[in-house]
Amino acid sequence: MELKTGEWNKEVNVRDFIQRNYTPYDGDKSFLTPASDRTRALWEKLCTLMKIERERKGVYDIDEKTISTIDSHEAGYIDRELEQIVGLQTDAPLKRAIMPFGGIRLIYTELDAYGRKMDPEVANVFKYRKTHNDGVFDVYTDEMKAARHAGIMTGLPDAYGRGRIIGDYRRVPLYGVDRLIAEKQRAKKEMVIDVMDSDHIRKREEIAEQIKALKELKAMAAKYGFDISRPAEDTKEAIQWLYFGYLAAVKEQNGAAMSIGRISTFLDIYAEADLRSGKYAEEQIQEFVDHFIMKLRIVRFLRTPAYDELFSGDPTWVTESLGGMSLDGRHMVTKMSYRFLHTLVNLGPAPEPNLTVLWSVKLPENFKKFCAEISILTSSIQYENDDLMRVKFGDDYGIACCVSAMRIGKQMQFFGARCNLAKALLYAINGGRDVKYDNMQVAPAIPLLAGDGYLNYDEVMRNFDEITDWLSKLYIDTLNIIHYMHDKYCYERIEMALHDEEIVRTMAGGIAGLSVLADSLSAIKYAKVRPVLNEAGLAVDFVTEGDFPKYGNNDDRVDQIAVEIVKSFEKKLSSHYAYRKSKPTMSILTITSNVMYGKKTASTPDGRKAGEPFAPGANPMHGRDVNGAVASLKSVAKLPYDYAEDGISYTFSIVPDSLGKTTAEKQANLISLLDGYFTENGHHLNVNVLKRETLLDAMDHPEKYPQLTIRVSGYAVNFIKLTREQQLDVVNRTFHSKF
Amino acid sequence: MEGVTGRVHSFESFGTLDGPGVRFVVFLQGCPLRCRYCHNPDTWELGGGMEISSAEVVGKIESCRNFIRSGGVTLSGGEPLMQPEFARDILERCARAGFHTALDTAGSVPLERSRPVIDRADLLLLDIKALNPALCRELTGRDNRNTLATLDYCEETARPVWIRHVLVPGFTLLRERLEELAAFLKPYRCIRRIDLLPYHKLGAYKWEQLRLTDTLRDVPEPSQAEIQMAEALFGLN
Repeated sequence: MELKTGEWNKEVNVRDFIQRNYTPYDGDKSFLTPASDRTRALWEKLCTLMKIERERKGVYDIDEKTISTIDSHEAGYIDRELEQIVGLQTDAPLKRAIMPFGGIRLIYTELDAYGRKMDPEVANVFKYRKTHNDGVFDVYTDEMKAARHAGIMTGLPDAYGRGRIIGDYRRVPLYGVDRLIAEKQRAKKEMVIDVMDSDHIRKREEIAEQIKALKELKAMAAKYGFDISRPAEDTKEAIQWLYFGYLAAVKEQNGAAMSIGRISTFLDIYAEADLRSGKYAEEQIQEFVDHFIMKLRIVRFLRTPAYDELFSGDPTWVTESLGGMSLDGRHMVTKMSYRFLHTLVNLGPAPEPNLTVLWSVKLPENFKKFCAEISILTSSIQYENDDLMRVKFGDDYGIACCVSAMRIGKQMQFFGARCNLAKALLYAINGGRDVKYDNMQVAPAIPLLAGDGYLNYDEVMRNFDEITDWLSKLYIDTLNIIHYMHDKYCYERIEMALHDEEIVRTMAGGIAGLSVLADSLSAIKYAKVRPVLNEAGLAVDFVTEGDFPKYGNNDDRVDQIAVEIVKSFEKKLSSHYAYRKSKPTMSILTITSNVMYGKKTASTPDGRKAGEPFAPGANPMHGRDVNGAVASLKSVAKLPYDYAEDGISYTFSIVPDSLGKTTAEKQANLISLLDGYFTENGHHLNVNVLKRETLLDAMDHPEKYPQLTIRVSGYAVNFIKLTREQQLDVVNRTFHSKF
Repeated sequence: MEGVTGRVHSFESFGTLDGPGVRFVVFLQGCPLRCRYCHNPDTWELGGGMEISSAEVVGKIESCRNFIRSGGVTLSGGEPLMQPEFARDILERCARAGFHTALDTAGSVPLERSRPVIDRADLLLLDIKALNPALCRELTGRDNRNTLATLDYCEETARPVWIRHVLVPGFTLLRERLEELAAFLKPYRCIRRIDLLPYHKLGAYKWEQLRLTDTLRDVPEPSQAEIQMAEALFGLN
């Protein structure tokens, strides 16, 4: 392969390799090739297996005897004759592994849920070996436990893998594993140590673990007959080597989100070289990509039904970031960006991998058109604002999970799930007590505002400020414990081996219930809100007299309330010390957990009744945005990304006929919407183009829609895998349609 | 600065079916017609909706500028020509702000009142309810003379027009009537596009809310085959 050399030859520097060697592609989709016979046959086999998986309550098989590590399992295949890219998490497709280092108790629950028994040998190991979950609960305070129980902090990664760490899997093909081991050994040797304190000791131990993981990675690949100690030499090898790197990560970490990074433009360099030399033709390259994507579609983790209730649809968030712009002004769309998106045609729509287009208004028109076409066809793409993120993260960042940008191989985050700010408002009114949980005193006792009269906006705000002071501190303290223990007992060896030694860490907090809170405060400010009290004198409901501005209508009176909430809570989070000197950040993202948060929250002053779902992410409450999609997007775009650097998620659903009359008009209008939203500094947009009737039919006849994919606040799911409650939430949520 | 005050029914900030590109649609209140298939009967009464100044309306539009670069602004209704001064002032302000403007009208107001408004729109979306005056009266309560005069005026002044025509089974969705309409429209050079709009029942709930009698309750929505037949007559497929 002829490659332009540079810094990347002297040091581990994937970005330099990409920037010197990639070929921007301005053309259209006409070069793409359909699924090969082998691809179709292989995909059909998988579809049959996945059908059986659904019939078996979502779990095909479990290997409960083997504690999963990088090279714990023998090689596994779907069909050795057909597969061009190989490697499975266990020795058979869809067979789920156990990864107990996050928490052995969870494995008991998971096995029990699917009618399996804990293997005595595994149980014996954990008589002597402590897990992340044990560590956390050894240290939690009573206050933390109460707040967790009442669900003002929810989804905390204290019993499962935190995920959201993206290994730079491209390093495996570019350098080969031996070089990576040598670099780590050198780094360990050259580490400058002033005082041998716990920070330095931990770091040395971590590098030692990383080196072991890299060696195991080689051993795992060898089981499949590959020697990945050397760099990859063509497209097929590059994809295979990269996949082995990723596979090692998902063999060992049952992380909430296991994103793959930003790999397509990197891989395109190999494809261009092979096309030039004639080594591979387009058909073959697309076949490698299709087979690779199939592998990413069948990444499986063993999880509990309760987890699925929160984040339904068996998500893995294998997020791949496509497109974007280079810092030198060239766009980074390559033929490989097209090939990746084209898998949604060759294999049909699917939630995974979570294909994410880094949108810039400067992207080539042809690519914009292709994205719009695929979006309308499959609803399987999400869009994020490259013009906004590039400034902060450069041109080699990727998205972890749904909306969290990070520099690949140079930055990681400590995932923190989220706080329920709508509930915090109720605590502000009810003197820190939770009417959903036996009036329990969860937050410190502050003056009770619920009484006979109308609520006073200034008083409510004053109390809310106090409650969020308390909450932000408790939240960060809790996360500090969680991530200390995760590093200690469930360290991501292989993912961190594919990072630099000096990295940026963020402590990624989050909030849920933004639109409920903004509308509630607007009601208190612009209408008259009177609490309805229970026997303890606490507000369990509210009577609202008069109308009030609602978030989602481009009305500054309420939109600015939302902006202030975001700014104020982020500042509070930032004021606390976070583990390993990480930088606190915040996201406005709920995924499907908005349903669960709603369930755990009593009636709110905006008119939402107890138990009703929140809007997902930063979405306005459904039915309240009455001036059309642009007004709604305008409201969301006002939320300041500088204060929600971990992402602001907006899910947009529209029926196809509302996008325009002809196919060309639909595409053009969707592009206008994306360009407009991102010019206004909107951060993220999920696009669903679906008929309401289709969803209703799919609820009753799931067997007819095995691949129906919809996007929900930051990721895509198989609609038929959602719980009925979540399905109803999706159907009821604003479908922007007009007539 | 305030401009002219008028009455608005609602706004649609992502209009994709009322003129080229993405459009900010302002639905003006009030309509002289009583179309039996109307899906916005809540826009009929001139006194309904909310009072707002033209300056405020254009302020809302301005704030959506980044989304409507490829499209523009459409005044719809009701019948936007029922409030000619208000409509004209909005169109003027939009033109000054650089927006493409369209007027979605049935031309149901005499030209002496509507002319100044029409002159300020870049495009007319002209809804011809029926070519036959008796049928038109049966469907809308009025004949179509103002509509056809509006079309002629656009032809004289070379103002671009998109024709819209609702396909109502048993009323307008009849081969010979459609053939007649197609032949009638053929010579007009101002016509840039013809949209045939299949009758639908999505507005039926509003009739119930307003306690109006839906006389088309038993009329079905057109079938796909009927729509294709109609489109073929206009050379649209």
